[in-house]
Amino acid sequence: MSQDKATLDAKTVAKIAHLARIKVPEEEQAHLAEELNKLLGWVEQLGEVDTDGVAPMTSVAAQTLRRRPDQVTDGGYPDAVVLNAPDAAEHFFSVPKVVE
Amino acid sequence: MTNLTHLSMSEALDGLKKREFTAVELTEEYVKAVEAARPLNAFITETPEIALEQAKASDARYAAGNNGPMDGMPLGIKDLFCTKGVLTTAASHILDGFKPAYESTITANLFRDGAVMLGKLNLDEFAMGSANITSYYGPVLNPWSGKDPAAEARKLVPGGSSGGSAASVSGRFAIAATGTDTGGSIRQPASFTGIVGLKPTYGRCSRWGTVAFASSLDQAGPMTRTVRDAAIMLQSMAGFDAKDSTSVNMPVPNFEAALTGDIRGLRVGIPKEYRVEGMPAEIERVWQQGIEWLKAAGAVPVEISLPHTKYALATYYVVAPAECSSNLARYDGVRFGLRVEGKDLQEMYENTRGEGFGKEVRRRIMIGTYVLSAGYYDAYYLKAQKVRARIAEDFTKAYEQCDIILTPTAPSTAFAIGEKQDDPIAMYLNDVFTVPASLAGLPGISVPAGLASDGLPLGLQLIGRPFDEETVLRVAGVMEQAAGSQPLPPFCR
Repeated sequence: MSQDKATLDAKTVAKIAHLARIKVPEEEQAHLAEELNKLLGWVEQLGEVDTDGVAPMTSVAAQTLRRRPDQVTDGGYPDAVVLNAPDAAEHFFSVPKVVE
Repeated sequence: MTNLTHLSMSEALDGLKKREFTAVELTEEYVKAVEAARPLNAFITETPEIALEQAKASDARYAAGNNGPMDGMPLGIKDLFCTKGVLTTAASHILDGFKPAYESTITANLFRDGAVMLGKLNLDEFAMGSANITSYYGPVLNPWSGKDPAAEARKLVPGGSSGGSAASVSGRFAIAATGTDTGGSIRQPASFTGIVGLKPTYGRCSRWGTVAFASSLDQAGPMTRTVRDAAIMLQSMAGFDAKDSTSVNMPVPNFEAALTGDIRGLRVGIPKEYRVEGMPAEIERVWQQGIEWLKAAGAVPVEISLPHTKYALATYYVVAPAECSSNLARYDGVRFGLRVEGKDLQEMYENTRGEGFGKEVRRRIMIGTYVLSAGYYDAYYLKAQKVRARIAEDFTKAYEQCDIILTPTAPSTAFAIGEKQDDPIAMYLNDVFTVPASLAGLPGISVPAGLASDGLPLGLQLIGRPFDEETVLRVAGVMEQAAGSQPLPPFCR
């Protein structure tokens, strides 16, 4: 499995940080790369396990997901929905302008 | 009058029923105890007004004869459970000021049955940690640190992530507490503080309204002073909830009735793979002691093999971060909590999350994002899910030969703040004995098994078949009896 794996450098860390939308100051990137590499190196041991023909386990509950009628069962309280918004206006969440 | 805060929950319930004291008196004693325990930093938010109001209502119910199964019991609530109108932080800066407009199913169930809330308990940020040192609100001290823990040179951790829960129950300033367990977060702190901690089968307790960490693993459970208390509290917490898609719709048995004390003929699996290298002789000794206790009660020890045990931690540290990176995407500075402005939307997201998440949470989100990213998904995430299937299969096979499994709960007693902090993997090893059952979704309990030579408590873990909390509790009760009465932590002496 190791052929698919890369060693993380500061540049990759910056890329992951951007994917995760977390600002990581440049001076922390190298250290973080080292930490993440150590962890990824450690989980490499999973490659030793023979998993041929094993179905990935996506749920521990041996059950199929329940279905319910496609009906509105909740809502009608916009005050409560925006109650905790850092910036709400007239029952809307406000964000910095995204369209020029 | 006896010290009310030293009663177990079942004793306190008896006392209330016999009118030996009132719910208000009991709650007042606990409110005082909470104040006196402030140096331990176990609470993020204290709610004495709510507690006293609930206690008053409880007394009215006792007077009217319609009291519930947990009526008047002053609990601590891990600050991962949403509580309507009460600050809910997950011990993270990013949830600054968040007051949910709804009540989690777990707390709603407990309040339905009459429980009283003393406040919201400290934890590792988003329940990510094994020592309660990653909280934005500072570390929690273990009541076993000393009479005046804040003055001790060696300030012990209570374990984590349910560190505040463990400290409050052990330190006699909550009669019981809610915990959540993703990889050991109920059981390991229970072991570190000398209390009982039960992680039910995945699906037994609703996850609705509990701040999510890793959805396929998270499970709420009781943290109590006795096994009987765990049975009483689980009874209130458990049950089907249509609002949680993985909540299991099956009858909830009478857990207290399972405490028969009779384990004759029960086959107790002893997994040989749990004798890990470098494990202190002390842990081995306590484990052996546990085997002897169960044997003396008529159970039959059976050596079993769980061959994939050594891969459980690495599996966990792919699966849990992957799920956490997805769950924690919701903290975006738009709908709740902290917002740190930026020049545009993207930068606002990045600034908010950069400032709002602590280092351990950031590390896990980054790992999770990486193992789910294009090109690495199969090699890491899919592989881990397959190994997880192998680990679960190990247990299924083992239960053909035994009815319950006995292991140590943690590989050490409580360590001091500052120890094991430089190396994340050393910290992760705390959960080496608890993670496998989490991955398989099985019920597990930690029961106090006495003190190690360093004078600190050690727990033993019992792992049961899916939805067989009854056997888990029954065997735990026998072990508790055999271990005898446990000393109070120095903080309470």
